[in-house]
Amino acid sequence: MASAILSLTSASIATSRPLLDNLKVNSKFGSSSQTTFLGKDYIKTKSFTRTNMTVAVEVSRFNDITMAPPDPILGVSEAFKADDHEMKLNLGVGAYRTEDLQPYVLNVVKKAENLMLERGDNKEYLPIEGLAAFNKVTAELLFGADNAVIQEQRVATVQGLSGTGSLRLAAALIERYFPGSKVLISSPTWGNHKNIFNDAGVPWSEYRYYDPKTVGLDFDGMIADIKAAPEGTFVLLHGCAHNPTGIDPTPEQWERIADVIQEKSHIPFFDVAYQGFASGSLDKDASSVRLFAARGMELLIAQSYSKNLGLYAERIGAINVVCSSSEVAKRVKSQLKRIARPMYSNPPIHGARIVANVVGNSDLFNEWKEEMELMAGRIMSVRKKLYDSLSAKDNSGKDWSFILKQIGMFSFTGLNKAQTENMTSKWHVYMTKDGRISLAGLSSAKCEYLADAIIDSFHNVS
Amino acid sequence: MSDSVFSNVVQAPEDPILGVTVAYNKDQNPVKLNLGVGAYRTEEGKPLVLNVVRKAEQMLVNDHSRVKEYLPITGLADFNKLSAKLIFGANSLAIVENRVTTVQCLSGTGSLRVGAEFLARHYHVKTIYIPLPTWGNHIKVFTLAGLSVKTYRYYDPSTRGLDFSGLLEDLGSAQSGAIVLLHACAHNPTGVDPTSDQWEQIRQLMRSKELLPFFDSAYQGFASGNLDADAESVRMFVADGGECLAAQSYAKNMGLYGERVGALSIVCKSADIAARVESQLKLVIRPMYSNPPIHGPSIVAVILKDGDLYREWTVELKAMADRIISMRQQLFDALQARGTPGDWSHIVKQIGMFTFTGLNTNQVAFMTTEYHIYMTSDGRISMAGLSSTTVPHLADAIHAAVTNVA
Repeated sequence: MASAILSLTSASIATSRPLLDNLKVNSKFGSSSQTTFLGKDYIKTKSFTRTNMTVAVEVSRFNDITMAPPDPILGVSEAFKADDHEMKLNLGVGAYRTEDLQPYVLNVVKKAENLMLERGDNKEYLPIEGLAAFNKVTAELLFGADNAVIQEQRVATVQGLSGTGSLRLAAALIERYFPGSKVLISSPTWGNHKNIFNDAGVPWSEYRYYDPKTVGLDFDGMIADIKAAPEGTFVLLHGCAHNPTGIDPTPEQWERIADVIQEKSHIPFFDVAYQGFASGSLDKDASSVRLFAARGMELLIAQSYSKNLGLYAERIGAINVVCSSSEVAKRVKSQLKRIARPMYSNPPIHGARIVANVVGNSDLFNEWKEEMELMAGRIMSVRKKLYDSLSAKDNSGKDWSFILKQIGMFSFTGLNKAQTENMTSKWHVYMTKDGRISLAGLSSAKCEYLADAIIDSFHNVS
Repeated sequence: MSDSVFSNVVQAPEDPILGVTVAYNKDQNPVKLNLGVGAYRTEEGKPLVLNVVRKAEQMLVNDHSRVKEYLPITGLADFNKLSAKLIFGANSLAIVENRVTTVQCLSGTGSLRVGAEFLARHYHVKTIYIPLPTWGNHIKVFTLAGLSVKTYRYYDPSTRGLDFSGLLEDLGSAQSGAIVLLHACAHNPTGVDPTSDQWEQIRQLMRSKELLPFFDSAYQGFASGNLDADAESVRMFVADGGECLAAQSYAKNMGLYGERVGALSIVCKSADIAARVESQLKLVIRPMYSNPPIHGPSIVAVILKDGDLYREWTVELKAMADRIISMRQQLFDALQARGTPGDWSHIVKQIGMFTFTGLNTNQVAFMTTEYHIYMTSDGRISMAGLSSTTVPHLADAIHAAVTNVA
């Protein structure tokens, strides 16, 4: 029977009874009749509660909806949680873990939150563009406070929902004002980039980036593909600590990338999710962005504080658009606001206040830099330990030094899909199917185990 | 410096609602009054953070086991369950039978947007009917989500009440299966709500035409002071076993405006369908902002879970609602005392944060320039922005506008 079960609000009717029994019971309390209306059968019951239960008896409107697959990155953590094995290791999502594999809330963040509570800040709506104090410090952090783009007020900065939300605002701006323009994304890139541009209605294509032969950068391929793209293409670049490969261009290579982009009048679009987290130095990690800005180019930059301030769940980031003049920046900012308003009206305050308090207070700022160096340092040391373990245990002579050359939270192991599945099914090591591991989720205690798993998967699975 | 690639980007106009506050802030006059955006103000004209919220925040900060790891795409699980119970009632059959999917979203706006995007992708009729008038941001939310927007009559300027026959006619002639936006209580901007009997008639009509209800619930508990009463309309629809969507906001009723806390619930015919629907909601959310913020829903969950805090909340909520109701009465009395021409009883008949005064754009502009009263040009005033000391000034302004400006 295609009819749905009618549920009546009275507590006196047992809910587990089938439909007809309910109606029979109901008929004791009032009349029950069947009528036809607009070709559909209706069961009209006289109410004994306040409401009259005229209902269309039909199939769900959402009946044809299929179960969507789990998110390839976030789904890994879900699978990890479901695993009982004692040696299990979660190298999926890029969230920093201590040596004890515990999540880490930075001390400066705790201090900032205590300060905020003591001050008794109110919870009024932020302006659509976000917290002014946050927008100011975030741009200064990215470019340097004395940078010309800041001095000349040429940056439109709008607080966004971490990196994803900031990228989405920019994508919507591109769709609206550069119809038909494409975004060129690296092959590979963070899994969610494509989804963001797809949902925003922005077409994209890829530039060569990862060279599996060297487990390094296919620089010639990258340059060729950027050159081949139609003038005015948006080129998505990872500011530092490329996700998922961990492979970054050298400073000389960045110069050449900037040359080509300028030649073709492309628009650079940076995703900066790891400033300070990659090398441990905020300025060093921003050097690629600053190089482009110094050339007088217009560019877009999405920032995130998820990793470098450990504010993952607070969703704090920003979209910055460097424009040729402050007047243009004003107009661009107004249009970014127009995109945010029908999406979520105005952004959340808590994370923005934490950042503004930390960066705006010199003691907290210095303390932050120390904690960030510690986090980046731990990751560099597990890289070294993993490399040492692999080199010691692997007799094949394979060169594992790419692990040391890569930077940031992630390492692209070079493992293929089947080998990755072996990592999970045999060794209970959880990672994304593209062969990416999050070193932030690795402890030095587990490096040897991981080395065994990688060597086995690499050599014994094809 | 070469030409900008952004040279064709024009300056966007200021948002009409939020722009009122921008204009208010620029005004230097000491008697200025901000009756624009709907944020609660105390009798002293100050923003209010509820005591229970401060307590909850202190508890969260003191809990050293708390971390800031990414929430799931669907948000904080406890918060979602508690929110569904709050709006549908803990004993709601839809909840008991697991037929509801609830996902945390960015307050009311975010919940509406995610729900609309989902419907635009998966629902067979991509048209939504909105009441005339409605909150200024609704149209853009639905349009950008990919739905086409039609209207149904709602406000009757001659009675300053509900145009019920117009409503029934328009919904009656709507395309079968279309989506219908319903304000659960305290209609924004008019403050005009259907009665229980009228809601029942609306429900019957909608079910007979298979119209899909999409509730916007931004004022539960804030309108009448009673959480259950303010959810009656929603519960009526859920009780008949049919499907619906509900967007909830905690901006006003918990004073969590800037934390952006809300939830989207979709009531489905079966648990299996609800699970599939949830999986598709995740695909909408992930490319928008990945996962929602943690602070706001954590506060809500602490309060809703704890019997004492919950009770305390209901007391503070009622106090806010009562203050607004008393402002209505005071304004009405003040206009009566001045002998202001016209019937002003709608001020006490309307409910919630806003009053649709019936003043036209010229009168509104007059009140701004001459009396420094800031409000939206549709004549909507936020009662929450009034106090006993400022009521006389507003009454003077209305009186002057009505007698001097056509």
